[in-house]
Amino acid sequence: MKLDFSVVDKALQLSLEGDFIGYDDPELLHKLQEALLRADVKTLSIDAKNLQKWDSTLVVILFELIKLAGEKKKDVRQLNWPQNLSKLLNLAFSVDRKPERPKQTDEGFLEEVGSFTLDVWASIQKGMNFIGQVLRSLGRLVGGQAVMRRVDWLFALEDCSYKAVGIVSLISFMVGLILAFVGAIQLKNFGAQIYVASLVAIGMTRIMGAIMVGVVMAGRTGASYAATIGTMQVNEEIDALKTMGIPVTDFLVLPRITALTLTMPLLVILADFMGVIGGASVGIGMLGISPEEYWNYTLKALDMDNFLVGLFHGLVFGIIISICGCYFGIYCGRNADSVGKATTQAVVSAIVWMIIATGIITWIFEVLGI
Amino acid sequence: MNKGEAQIIVKNLTIAYGDFVLLKNLDFTINKGDIFIIMGGSGCGKSSLLRVLTGLVPTAKGKVIIDGVNFSDASHAQADEIMRRCGILYQSGALFSSMTLAENIALPLQQYTNYSAKLINELVELKLALVGLAGFGDFYPSEISGGMKKRAGLARALALDPEIVYFDEPSAGLDPISSRLLDDLILDINQSLGTTIVVVTHELASIFDIGNNSIFLDGDIKGISAKGDPKELLKNPPNENVLKFLTRGAK
Repeated sequence: MKLDFSVVDKALQLSLEGDFIGYDDPELLHKLQEALLRADVKTLSIDAKNLQKWDSTLVVILFELIKLAGEKKKDVRQLNWPQNLSKLLNLAFSVDRKPERPKQTDEGFLEEVGSFTLDVWASIQKGMNFIGQVLRSLGRLVGGQAVMRRVDWLFALEDCSYKAVGIVSLISFMVGLILAFVGAIQLKNFGAQIYVASLVAIGMTRIMGAIMVGVVMAGRTGASYAATIGTMQVNEEIDALKTMGIPVTDFLVLPRITALTLTMPLLVILADFMGVIGGASVGIGMLGISPEEYWNYTLKALDMDNFLVGLFHGLVFGIIISICGCYFGIYCGRNADSVGKATTQAVVSAIVWMIIATGIITWIFEVLGI
Repeated sequence: MNKGEAQIIVKNLTIAYGDFVLLKNLDFTINKGDIFIIMGGSGCGKSSLLRVLTGLVPTAKGKVIIDGVNFSDASHAQADEIMRRCGILYQSGALFSSMTLAENIALPLQQYTNYSAKLINELVELKLALVGLAGFGDFYPSEISGGMKKRAGLARALALDPEIVYFDEPSAGLDPISSRLLDDLILDINQSLGTTIVVVTHELASIFDIGNNSIFLDGDIKGISAKGDPKELLKNPPNENVLKFLTRGAK
């Protein structure tokens, strides 16, 4: 490929020779543009007599030069151009629409604080409004008026019950095991390793079982709720529900919230059990405690109050996870990116709210002496 | 390859999902520079055929030969090389929503060429201008209309100067004017670049406006029941299904 140029009689003359495939020479284009900008150059003349094969990389050079020539009011002469090359450039120049976008102005500090506060307030209102809708749906459910399909509820129940048993069991077993390990290191110093059984039993039943189930279910089921409902938003299925007069919270939120709230305490019981088994595997297998002894100390440590506190945490976490998942799904944007964001927000918010709820519940039970 | 030479040869092709045979014994040839229409009623397997031609679905039986290479048995490297020379415009444009239009178009250029960043930017600007979207480079797909998304998708499909461009239902969801503009664009690209165009559609206006060769897929026989220029098929329909389809069921 060869691109010669010279300035003759107030004309920048270009001669294209050979193949122009993958032609990438920014310096040459810069030189051509400089030559074209010379005051004495009045015409751009491009001869393609000896041009063979070409691709878009040549069209780019010609496009940029002709555009510049047009801007600087210089004549353009196309000599011996193949018809398709002329047609392609005509096509590129046929529409010259300059899109307008709203201008973005820099906000001052006070304006930014004000905007942020208003955004937070709007989010709180939206959240409270959603919770209000959910409560109204629950009211309709109690009154037998809710538009909720039994099959949807059973599907949601299936998804957050036995299908979650494997992961909850594994994680809880590991947490019981770690709790026993960490406790044993300290308790060994006092020759009190037998109390590992008590530590694991109390720790798992009162709070750790519920928290681990909460984290697992937020990542597993809460994310799934947000992704499923978010995709329905993208596909306009939620719009279809609204236009049919079906309350979205009845149809989509109720099955999920009731299913998860029902199964969470059951999963917490499973987690408690698996945690104790995990602790026992360390206590019996590594610390040399006999199975009878370990079992007796576990039973002694188990307390109905602790057990019920754990179940109550599970119940509250179930409500939080399902509300966060459904809320971010319903208020998802309308593209693939939004579904990803909604899923992340659902999981993060559920975990944050679970921690806040744990703090509040712990404080209330402390005051009540439970 | 010169205009008029066979570019895509489909031989005895069968498309099946498990035991379910969707289309069988398909034989047709698409020549270089053709605007080839794959038409037929809803559910007859048009889009599935397109997915086979683009390598997204394996063939159950038969061959798809593109530029002399058996695409059905090609190695990964060969298949990649063939697909590099093909562009595809999906029904919705299939633009990546987290990228601007310019980034969408630049992606295949960055992936497959060693061009400088400046040249890539200029090529992106040219491709956008070609589809009538000059100046829209920094817009996100969510900020433009459905017709513009399709045109931006076409700009991305044209990024690597493909020899073959596949269109899946280009008119779907567009108003008549936008649909006509897209048809004109397909004709312009075919004429100016000599690109072979394969269009899956059931829009009669588009079929007659742009197509110079076609096959009619018939769900009843699970195969091709007519081949040729759509305008000729309208004049001399070989069977009742083709006549009904091309005349919108008119009696």
